[in-house]
Amino acid sequence: MQDKVFISFQNNDEARPVIDAIMEDNPTAVLSEMPAMVKIDAPMRLVVRRETIEKNLGRAFDLQSIHINLISLSGNIDESEDEFILAWGRR
Amino acid sequence: MAVKKASLKEKYRLMTRGLDWETTYQPMDKVFPYDKYEGIKIKDWDKWEDPFRLTMDAYWKYQAEKERKLYAILDSFSQNNGQLNLSDARYLTAIKLWMQGITPLEYAAHRGFSHVGRQFRGAGARVACQMQALDELRHAQTQMHAFSHYNKYFSGFHQANHMRDRAWYLSIPKSFFEDAMTAGPFEFVTSISFAFEYVLTNLLFMPFVSGAAYNGDVATTTFGFSAQSDESRHMTLGLEVVKFVLEQHEDNVPIMQRYIDKWFWRGYRLLALVGTMMDYMLPKKVMSWAEAWGVYWEENGLALFNDLSRYGIRLPKYHEIATKEKLHITHQAWMVFYTACPATAFHAWLPQPYEMDWLSEKYGETFDRFYRPRFEKFGDLEKAGKRFYTNRLPLVCQTCQIPDFFTEVDNPMKQAVRHSEWRGMKFNFCSDGCKDIFVNEPEKFCQAYIPPQQIYQGNAGGARTLAEYAAWLRCGMGTESGDYYSSDDYANWLKWHGERDTTPSSSAAAQP
Amino acid sequence: MSVEIKTAIIEPVRLTFDHLEARIGKGKAATRYQEAVHDMQSTQNFHYRPTWEPELELFDKRRTAIVLEDFDQLLDPRQYYYAPYTLQRAHQQELADGNFDMVEKRAMFATLAPAWADKIRRLIVPLRHAEWGANTANCFMSAYAYGAPFNSAALMQAMDRLGIAQYLTRLALVLDDHNPQILDRGKELWLNDPVWQPLRHVIEDGMVLKDWFEVHVLQNLLLDGAIFPYAYRHFDQAIGSQGGVAYTLVTEFMRDWYAESVRWTESTIKVAIDASAANRAVVESWVKAWEPRVRAALTPLAEAAFAEAAATVVESIFTDQAARRVKLGLAG
Repeated sequence: MQDKVFISFQNNDEARPVIDAIMEDNPTAVLSEMPAMVKIDAPMRLVVRRETIEKNLGRAFDLQSIHINLISLSGNIDESEDEFILAWGRR
Repeated sequence: MAVKKASLKEKYRLMTRGLDWETTYQPMDKVFPYDKYEGIKIKDWDKWEDPFRLTMDAYWKYQAEKERKLYAILDSFSQNNGQLNLSDARYLTAIKLWMQGITPLEYAAHRGFSHVGRQFRGAGARVACQMQALDELRHAQTQMHAFSHYNKYFSGFHQANHMRDRAWYLSIPKSFFEDAMTAGPFEFVTSISFAFEYVLTNLLFMPFVSGAAYNGDVATTTFGFSAQSDESRHMTLGLEVVKFVLEQHEDNVPIMQRYIDKWFWRGYRLLALVGTMMDYMLPKKVMSWAEAWGVYWEENGLALFNDLSRYGIRLPKYHEIATKEKLHITHQAWMVFYTACPATAFHAWLPQPYEMDWLSEKYGETFDRFYRPRFEKFGDLEKAGKRFYTNRLPLVCQTCQIPDFFTEVDNPMKQAVRHSEWRGMKFNFCSDGCKDIFVNEPEKFCQAYIPPQQIYQGNAGGARTLAEYAAWLRCGMGTESGDYYSSDDYANWLKWHGERDTTPSSSAAAQP
Repeated sequence: MSVEIKTAIIEPVRLTFDHLEARIGKGKAATRYQEAVHDMQSTQNFHYRPTWEPELELFDKRRTAIVLEDFDQLLDPRQYYYAPYTLQRAHQQELADGNFDMVEKRAMFATLAPAWADKIRRLIVPLRHAEWGANTANCFMSAYAYGAPFNSAALMQAMDRLGIAQYLTRLALVLDDHNPQILDRGKELWLNDPVWQPLRHVIEDGMVLKDWFEVHVLQNLLLDGAIFPYAYRHFDQAIGSQGGVAYTLVTEFMRDWYAESVRWTESTIKVAIDASAANRAVVESWVKAWEPRVRAALTPLAEAAFAEAAATVVESIFTDQAARRVKLGLAG
C-alpha cells in the first residue's frame, strides 16, 4: 500500500480555486467532503501549484496565503514561491 | 553589483538565520542553560530546515486577515443570538469542556513555546517556536471571546477559570501540559508539536470541529478552523524538530523514541475525552471516534511512522492497544460522565434512542453487548425516578489522572489496574503505558497533585462530601451540574424555543 | 426558520465570567481585552517542578524582586490582545511595504551621500543583531513573567523586535541592491568593531539575567531609550540634509513603533514602582547599575556617526531619559 499524504481546507469560496488546482494537478488525489471542510488524500505526494491557482483565479496569487483557509496536512513540506509540495520519502 | 532577488528560502534565511551570533562576553552555555541536560546532541544548528518561512510582516498580514474574518463572524453570531441555532443545548457540554479543559492548554502552550523560543540555541528553531507561542495566545484569546457569548446564556462557563486549577477532571489536561512544560525543551516540542499536534490533534480539530459546524455552532467552527490554519504550521514544526534531532546524532534516537512512546500514550489518553465529545456530545453525528481513529491514526499516523522508520524510529509503544481500545473507551468515559456529573461543570444524559442506534451501527456488537445494557439499566432507574449518581470520588491513575474506568484490552468486563512501588509508596495506574511512564520518571510523577487525595486531606476548602466539593468548585446541581434534562440550561432552552424540544430525531441526525 | 424566535426577548443569564465580575463589578460586561488577559495563567496546584528550574514552581512570583499583590495589574495601556495587535501591525506593515517599494522603484538611495551610506552600513545595519537581542530579552520576559497581562504583551514586543530586525535587514538589502554581503559585513562589525562592543557586551550580560522585570528595565526602558533616539531621531535628522529621505521612509515603522511601545514600558514600570517603596528602590538600583553601561555603549556609536556633535547628542538623549524617569516617579 502506498502511504497517503493529505491536505484539508475550509470549504469556502476563497479556497475553491486552490482546491480545484490541486485536483487538476494531482490526478491520483481523492477529495472527500465533510461539513464545512474538504480533505484531499493522495498517495505519497501532492503538489499545490501557484500557476494553476492563478489560472483558475485569473489573477496573481501569493502561495503563502493558502494558510488562511488551510485546516491540516500530513507529509514533509517543501515550499517555494511556485510550489507547495507534501511528500513522504527522503528530503 | 546587482544581485538577483533572493528566493523565498534564501530571503527567509537572510531575514532570520543571520541574526543570532555566538556570544563571547557570556558563555553560550550560560546564555542557553537548558538545551543540553536532556542528553540530546546537536552538532550543527544550521542544519535546521525552517518548517515554514513567514517573515513577521507576512505573519502580521495573514494573521490580521484571519482575525478580521473571525471577529466579524463572532460579532454577528452574538448579535443574532446564534446560540439559538444549535442543534440542541446538550451539545454545549462539549464546549464547556473545551473552555474548562482545552483553552487553558492553549495559554499554557503559549507559555511553553515562549520558554523554548527563548532557550533553543538555533535562531531558526527559536523563531518558529516564538511564532507558535504567539499563535497559541491567539487561540486562548479567541476561544475566550467565542465562549463569552455562550457564557451569557448557559451555565458552566462562568467559573471555568476558578475550576481550572482545582477540579478533579481538569487535572487530566492540566497535568498533561504541565508534564510537558516542566520537561526539557526537546521533550516539550516533541510532546506538544509532534506527538500531540502532528499525530493526534487532527482527531480534535477535523472531525470534532466539522461536527460543530453540523450542529450549528458557528462560533466554534470559526475559531476552530481558524486556529487549525495555524496548527498546520505547528505540525510542520513538530515534524521538523523530530527529523532534525534524529539527523544530528545517533545517540538521540533512543531518547526521542522514549519521548514519542511517552507522549503518544499521554496524548492518546487525553483524547479519550475528545472521543467522548464526538460519540456522545454531538446531537447530530459526523464521525465516530473509532472511524476517526481509523482515518487519522491507522491511516495517516502509520504513514508518518513509515516515513520515520528510516531514522530508526519505530511505532509508539502500545499503539496496538490504543487501536484495540477504540471500540470501548468513549462508552466507558461517558458512563463516568453520566454518573459523576454532580461534581462537574457540565451536564450529562442518557443517549437518546436514535443515538443508541447510531452507536450500535458504529460499534456493533461491542456496544450492544457491553454498553447498551448498562445504559438501558440507567434508563430504567431514571423512569423509576432514581437517576443514578455516584457519591464517591474515583481512584485516579497516577500518570494520566483519568479515573479508573478503563478495562483490560482483551476483557472489557475487567477493570485494568496496575501498581508500582517507589520509595515505600504504592501508586496506581490505568494501563501498562501509564505505568511505564511513571517507572521511567518516578521522581517527577510522585509529585503529581491528585485531586481526590487532596480532597480527602482537606485541601479543597475542607470539603468532605462530593456535594461540598462541588460547592467549592462553584458548581450546583441543576445549574452547572447534574443531568441535562433537569438543568436550567434545558429549561431555558425550551423557554427560548417556545417549549419545543429540539432533540434531533434519528433521520435528521444522520450524516448528509 | 421561525421568526418568533428572533423577536422574542432572550435575557442573558449573566453578563460576564466570574473572574472578571470579581474585577470589574457586577452587572457589567467585560471588554475583549479583559477577557483575553485576566486570570489566564494558572496560579496553584502545580503538578511537577520544572526539571530546568526545580527550586521554583512552573509559574512563580519569585522570579522577580518586584512584589505585587496582583500581577494582573501590569496591564497594557494599548489594550492589545492578539486581534488589535495584529490588525495594527498589519496596517503598519502595509505602509512600510509601500515605503520600501517606493524607495526601491525610484532608486531613492542613489541620492544619498556616499559617506552616509557607509554610515548606515557601519552604524545602523548591525542594529539588526541588537534587535535580535531585544527579541531574546522580551521572549525571556514572556516565558517567565507572572501573569498573562504582562507576559502576553512581552511576547508581542519580542515579535515586534524580530520584525524590526527584518526591516533593518531589508533596509540593508535595498541599500546595496540585494547584495547580502552587507549583512555579513554588518555581523562582522557587530562581533569585532570596537564601536559595537560595549553595546554587545551589555546585551549579552542582559541575556544571563534571571529577574524578568530587571530585563524589562534594561531592555525596554534603558537600552531602547538610548538606541531609538540615536538611530531613528538623531541619525535620521543628520542624514536628512545628506539626501537621506529614503532612510526616513524605511525607518518610519521604527519611529511609530517606539512611540507606541514606550506607553506599555512606562505604564508597567509605573504600576510596579507606585505599588511600594521597595519596588521603587529595586527599579532605581537597576537603573543605577545599568544606565552608565548603556551610556558607554551609545557613546562610540554617536561619535562615529555625529563627529563633533556627538557629545551634544549623547547629552541630549540621556538628559531626556533622566527627565522621562523623573516623570515616571523614579530618581533621575
